[in-house]
Amino acid sequence: MTAGTDEVLSFDEAMEKYDPVLGFEVHVELNTRTKMFSSAPNAFGDVPNTNVTPVDLGLPGVLPVVNGVAVESAIKIGLALNCSIAEKCYFARKNYFYPDTPKNFQTSQFEDPIAYDGSIDIELADGTVFTVEIERAHMEEDAGKLTHVGGSTGRIQGAEYSLVDYNRAGVPLIEIVTKPIEGAGARAPELAKAYVAAIREIVKNLGVSDARMERGNVRCDANVSLRPHGREQFGTRTETKNVNSLRAVEHAVRYEIQRHAAVLDSGTPILQETRHWHEDTRSTTSGRPKSDADDYRYFPEPDLVPVVTDEAWIETLRASLPEPPAERRKRLQADWGYSDAEFRDVVNAGVMTSIEDTVAAGVGAVAARKWWMGEISRRAKLADVEPSELGVTPELVVELQGLIDAGKINDKLSRDVLDGVLAGEGTPAEVVEQRGLAVVSDDGPLLDAIDGALAAQPDVADKIRGGKIQAVGAIVGGVMKATRGQADAGRVRELILQRLGVEG
Amino acid sequence: MAEINRDDVAHLARLAHIDMYDDELDRMAGELAVIVDSVKSISEVAGDDVPATSHPIPLSNVFREDVVGATLTNEEALLGAPDNADGRFRVPAILDGE
Amino acid sequence: MTDLTRFSADALSRKLASKEVSAVEVTQAHLDRIDAVDGAINAFLHVNADEALRVAAEVDRARAGAETLHPLAGVPIAVKDLIVTRGQPTTAGSKILEGWQSPYDATVVSKLRAARMPLLGKTNLDEFAMGSSTEHSAYGPTRNPWDLDRIPGGSGGGSAAAVAAFEAPLALGTDTGGSIRQPGAVTGTVGVKPTYGGVSRYGAIAMASSLDQIGPVSRTVLDSALLHEVIGGHDPQDSTSLTDPVGALVEAARRGEVEGMRIGVIKELQGEGYQAGVLTRFQEALELLRSAGAEIVEVSCPNFRYALGAYYLIMPSEASSNLAKYDGVRFGLRVVPDGAPTIERVMGATRAAGFGDEVKRRIILGTYALSAGYYDAYYGSAQQVRTLIQRDFAAAFEQADVLISPTAPTTAFKLGEKLGDPLAMYLNDVATIPANLAGIPGLSVPGGLADEDGLPVGIQFLAPARQDARLYRVGAVLEALLEESWGGPLLSRAPEITEIAGGK
Repeated sequence: MTAGTDEVLSFDEAMEKYDPVLGFEVHVELNTRTKMFSSAPNAFGDVPNTNVTPVDLGLPGVLPVVNGVAVESAIKIGLALNCSIAEKCYFARKNYFYPDTPKNFQTSQFEDPIAYDGSIDIELADGTVFTVEIERAHMEEDAGKLTHVGGSTGRIQGAEYSLVDYNRAGVPLIEIVTKPIEGAGARAPELAKAYVAAIREIVKNLGVSDARMERGNVRCDANVSLRPHGREQFGTRTETKNVNSLRAVEHAVRYEIQRHAAVLDSGTPILQETRHWHEDTRSTTSGRPKSDADDYRYFPEPDLVPVVTDEAWIETLRASLPEPPAERRKRLQADWGYSDAEFRDVVNAGVMTSIEDTVAAGVGAVAARKWWMGEISRRAKLADVEPSELGVTPELVVELQGLIDAGKINDKLSRDVLDGVLAGEGTPAEVVEQRGLAVVSDDGPLLDAIDGALAAQPDVADKIRGGKIQAVGAIVGGVMKATRGQADAGRVRELILQRLGVEG
Repeated sequence: MAEINRDDVAHLARLAHIDMYDDELDRMAGELAVIVDSVKSISEVAGDDVPATSHPIPLSNVFREDVVGATLTNEEALLGAPDNADGRFRVPAILDGE
Repeated sequence: MTDLTRFSADALSRKLASKEVSAVEVTQAHLDRIDAVDGAINAFLHVNADEALRVAAEVDRARAGAETLHPLAGVPIAVKDLIVTRGQPTTAGSKILEGWQSPYDATVVSKLRAARMPLLGKTNLDEFAMGSSTEHSAYGPTRNPWDLDRIPGGSGGGSAAAVAAFEAPLALGTDTGGSIRQPGAVTGTVGVKPTYGGVSRYGAIAMASSLDQIGPVSRTVLDSALLHEVIGGHDPQDSTSLTDPVGALVEAARRGEVEGMRIGVIKELQGEGYQAGVLTRFQEALELLRSAGAEIVEVSCPNFRYALGAYYLIMPSEASSNLAKYDGVRFGLRVVPDGAPTIERVMGATRAAGFGDEVKRRIILGTYALSAGYYDAYYGSAQQVRTLIQRDFAAAFEQADVLISPTAPTTAFKLGEKLGDPLAMYLNDVATIPANLAGIPGLSVPGGLADEDGLPVGIQFLAPARQDARLYRVGAVLEALLEESWGGPLLSRAPEITEIAGGK
């Protein structure tokens, strides 16, 4: 059961015959200071079994107490997903034995999740908007961490024994469950990735989760089923676990579609089961089949009392929500007057917030985009960092642009100034000073250069005198060359026309 | 209501993670049948309009401040552990090593 | 010298305050008594002599230094071994926890320590408090001080017997279906189940979370009130803990009056199934109360006939989940079967070896009641019956201030008599269970000896939720009237244990 030896159909062929139906269960770890039901620290990476209280070890006699901040975070997530918030909801015990689960039940919610019936709009790369319906978002607790020792490569199979660290046990989780997503067709893998990215963006924007997928803050279980075109009834689904990067979500959905198609083509039914995603082979392997062994015997948690919400509490929380990412993008694009293509490029380059800050600091939207998409992005790429990580502040852009607007430097010189600033040579003004980069603005030396240029190209000078003003460019070019680019081209043009007695 | 037989008890014992021998299953099935028989009348008592009571005294919204409290040390955590290694609880293999 | 073990806690408190006796003397007297009689009684699973004497000596020093002390400082107490204690083992009467030491104290234990009451040790009980006879202890049965061949009641037979045998003036018990009150009845002692949430459950090893409640065990009503005030009150570590103040329980017990009080006789808790001698003593109690000015009314609680059925679904359901944590991973027993077993097999073997028959029976029954397909018919219906029982109580308390019934249908039966018949054993709780289902408080006081066997009979009072004070008021009156008619406390008529043990 280790190697991905399953037959797969090509994706295109699969799409010719079948419609995929998707569903997602995304677990979001909250970034509260303490755990869901105990006052142990909610922290990553500490010495094993030190962020624990008797409650987190499920010692005899312990009782849980709900973290109020986690409840508010859950409600915020529900609101951000346009869900209804339950007036009254209970915690429930989900009973199953596993060594990473200290009480051998998980405290979760069952019949009445805190948030239900929501939806979010997912924008695909080409701007297509896809609405994903949210079934529910409920509160629960994370399990401990198992390390498998012996056997090969730390996998559970063939391990001699396992070690359990309960530091993560009891970390607050919000599980977000979608309704079946139909109609994505060949965009299903892309939609899968975009959906998880959107959830990640929303919880990060809310400030309720660190949302770092590499740390397991956002984890995705992807459900996939296929049905022949034109059929209403859903096919049998599989649930792929451990899909913990955006790229993996896309690949796993694509792989399962291809695998399902091959199985269906061979005339065998799909086995309802969990599948495990393997990043190395980019394939899934069979987990365990769903069976009556999955009798979780849910019942209301008698050690916890219900959560009751009212209008006032919910509205207070709603008022505290930051602007949703999608709405913010719409607003900014409209404010800045960018085309769809321009805006998408800005978003994809990850410089939207930088531009927003730069515009707020006083630079025009067009100039701000030119800076961030141009010189700054180019340097970031060379340095292999995000543009926002390059060390360019909005204030620096304001200063650079200010120097250009004042005619002290031109576009070309501004790049040298930026280099100087990034090299730690000081403020833009200081770099201009030290590198001697100021445009020549004393008309004396300029006039000499102009006279020289006019003398060098008398026929052009004649043409200009004769009214062919557009010919002035050739003379300007000569002057710029003579001044090694340090002249202000606008001023040069003015002076040439004055010299020749022509009105610009 | 369904009878409770030996196979039911075997299934329940698996769910509850309690090994049971055949004679134990038989005995337990007999005892449970009597108990279940004596309690099953309650399923017909209350109409749909009667709400369930899961908590005897109704309370709601009992929350804790999100403030870190005292934790156990690693030694305290592992003190009662049947087996441990590397500061963690040690358990036998989770899957059969076939 | 007077035997210090014969005094009530209240009397000891006064002798200690006046420095007539020292805490060390009082504690040593009880340790000596344990030494002398516990071989016959087996009330204690652990005797905590060193620590108890150390605490007593500290109290004496503090008193010599004129420190302000709690009235019960220096009055020793025994603790049911279902309640976790640092520095002493806690077994819950089960092999699965043999040798386990809690790294934390139960909230009630912290309160005893704060009051500086020496902890004499841990008392015997039916395994995980499952039973009505203490015969289900993995450490052997406790014997009734009135007749060593008879049960001391259960599950808290150890606490009741310790108090009845003058091994401790006070003890803590836990009551899920009568485990404080029924042992009180059959040993001629006082036991109180407070309102659910009135005493913190943090650190009481859970059997059925929505029914469990810690309460006092003593020889007098006033002593229970004194102890109740020490252990009661809000605990933020128990989400079901009431925020109400404890109330003036001691004052109620001292004032003790029933003039004008309406006392409701529960029609359904008498007659068939009740021993004649129990009913005779019950009728006498009613007459005494009437003569003291109480108004005796009859109330009907028609749904009580379903209480036992609802209880034996709810209790095992919650217990099956609460006891899942005993799996050999984090604490307690681990049994490793032959070969190279998986953790799954280790859990199965550990639980098979560690739990006794009654515990297994209840876990299996609870697993059944919660399992898919049966939940609605069993657990769901039982919770509805619970509502009906609460409504019966509400109606009854419209007509009466407190309710009254025999505590148990019979006097103490012989050891082994009902071990083979679980259902007959369960019937012992028929009168005590309704209070647990409804969360209301109940108190059992000695009502005399049954004519046919000369064994103690208990009279139970029930009050509305949060009205625990009423129980002490009426309980103290009946106690005084009866003691007056007997010419002294009931326990003064108990045989001397050293004699009956020696004569065996």
